[in-house]
Amino acid sequence: MEDLKLHGFWYSPFTMRVVWTLKLKGLAYENIEEDRYNKSPQLLEYNPVHKKTPVLVHGGKPICESMIIVQYIDELWPQNPLVPHDPYDRAQARFWVAYSEQLFSAVVPLIYVDIADDEEKEKVIEKVQKLLKDIEDQCVLLDDEKKFFGGDNINIVDIAFGSMIKFLVTMEDLNKLKVLEVEKFPRLHSWFDNFKNVSIIKENLPNREKMCAIMKYIRERKRELQSSN
Amino acid sequence: MADEVVLLDFWPSPFGMRVRIALAEKGIDYEGREEDLSNKSPLLLKMNPVNKQIPVLIHKGRPISESLIIVQYIDEAWSNNKSPLLPSDPYQRANARFWADYIDKKIYSTGRLVWGTTGEVQEKAKEELRESFRVLEKELAEKTYFGGDMFGLVDVALIPFYSWFYTLETTANFSITEEFPRLVSWAKRCMQRDSVSNSVPDQYKIYDFLLDLKKKMHSIE
Repeated sequence: MEDLKLHGFWYSPFTMRVVWTLKLKGLAYENIEEDRYNKSPQLLEYNPVHKKTPVLVHGGKPICESMIIVQYIDELWPQNPLVPHDPYDRAQARFWVAYSEQLFSAVVPLIYVDIADDEEKEKVIEKVQKLLKDIEDQCVLLDDEKKFFGGDNINIVDIAFGSMIKFLVTMEDLNKLKVLEVEKFPRLHSWFDNFKNVSIIKENLPNREKMCAIMKYIRERKRELQSSN
Repeated sequence: MADEVVLLDFWPSPFGMRVRIALAEKGIDYEGREEDLSNKSPLLLKMNPVNKQIPVLIHKGRPISESLIIVQYIDEAWSNNKSPLLPSDPYQRANARFWADYIDKKIYSTGRLVWGTTGEVQEKAKEELRESFRVLEKELAEKTYFGGDMFGLVDVALIPFYSWFYTLETTANFSITEEFPRLVSWAKRCMQRDSVSNSVPDQYKIYDFLLDLKKKMHSIE
């Protein structure tokens, strides 16, 4: 039995990445649901620098930052490998994983566009679509011949993008708009369909209504906090 | 063979410096090509179409972008080598990546605001930078290098910013040497390595460059 604990938020794309990885590797772990408004003393002790989730605690030792955790797990438990073996392929995969962070930053403002005027909303959507276009057109890993960024099986790029596209879909539901349009992004669309249907992913993809509800709540809380300052 | 490895670079770039250091640590021969960022070469645009940035390492015709990704690639592709840049233990590796990531997130953008702005914006950035240096000094503690006895990824990630210290101190009126003596000793220790001193330009040269850049930035407004 491995001594594994995961401190996370069920709705966070970053936590999802670690959950999917642990499940893919068939690893048992204790899930510790954190409250973003009342973080546990343990979390603050394990991640004093960023004070964020997810944190994986292995044998009492913390590992922070979602993709660093994913690589750590992959190195210790090589079954269903997620990190490419060849150094060049690995560098390419890491490049696109890093790109997914840019995507996240661009998607976050969508939480708050409900009160934005049309022009502002358009700007936010355009920014996201520009990044999606780069992935659609430039990412050689996204192939018409292959189901996933990892080829026949999912890898770290699928995990990284999968979590972000799930987050984007939540934003689409929240605002009743379409960003990942099938006409503009046929490859990405088809890839995400395949990704969602991977059994481990399907079993561990939070419910759409629940995701929408939690984002609404976070949005309201944030606005409450801003107006009280 | 030198023609197998090409580095698209820009001499004052801290990100370029990281790659130069890694290549030198491994004793890898390469052709360095200086880019004019106001007039990027067709090769750069072809090799890094997504971000169009340096550094780009081209190995046997194939490009690798993003400085820390390049450094890890160098460590992995030339692994039968005397100078590993990452520890062999997975937990220590995760730790090294964590600190390299921290440096990537904090130092460049905050530092840029410190030398590039004035007034309240500069003051706020200065406080943020101080906090980052505090955190890094704490992590360094009494060690020779961030990785312990071995010069590695975290040291490579941070040392290029030593070339900014004079500029930061002068433009924001504070003394990094006085406030963060351990960090400065560490930096001087790193600069004693040939790989570092040959890759990191003199602080005064960087000062001239950054001040010039600051003028250009402000004249655009």
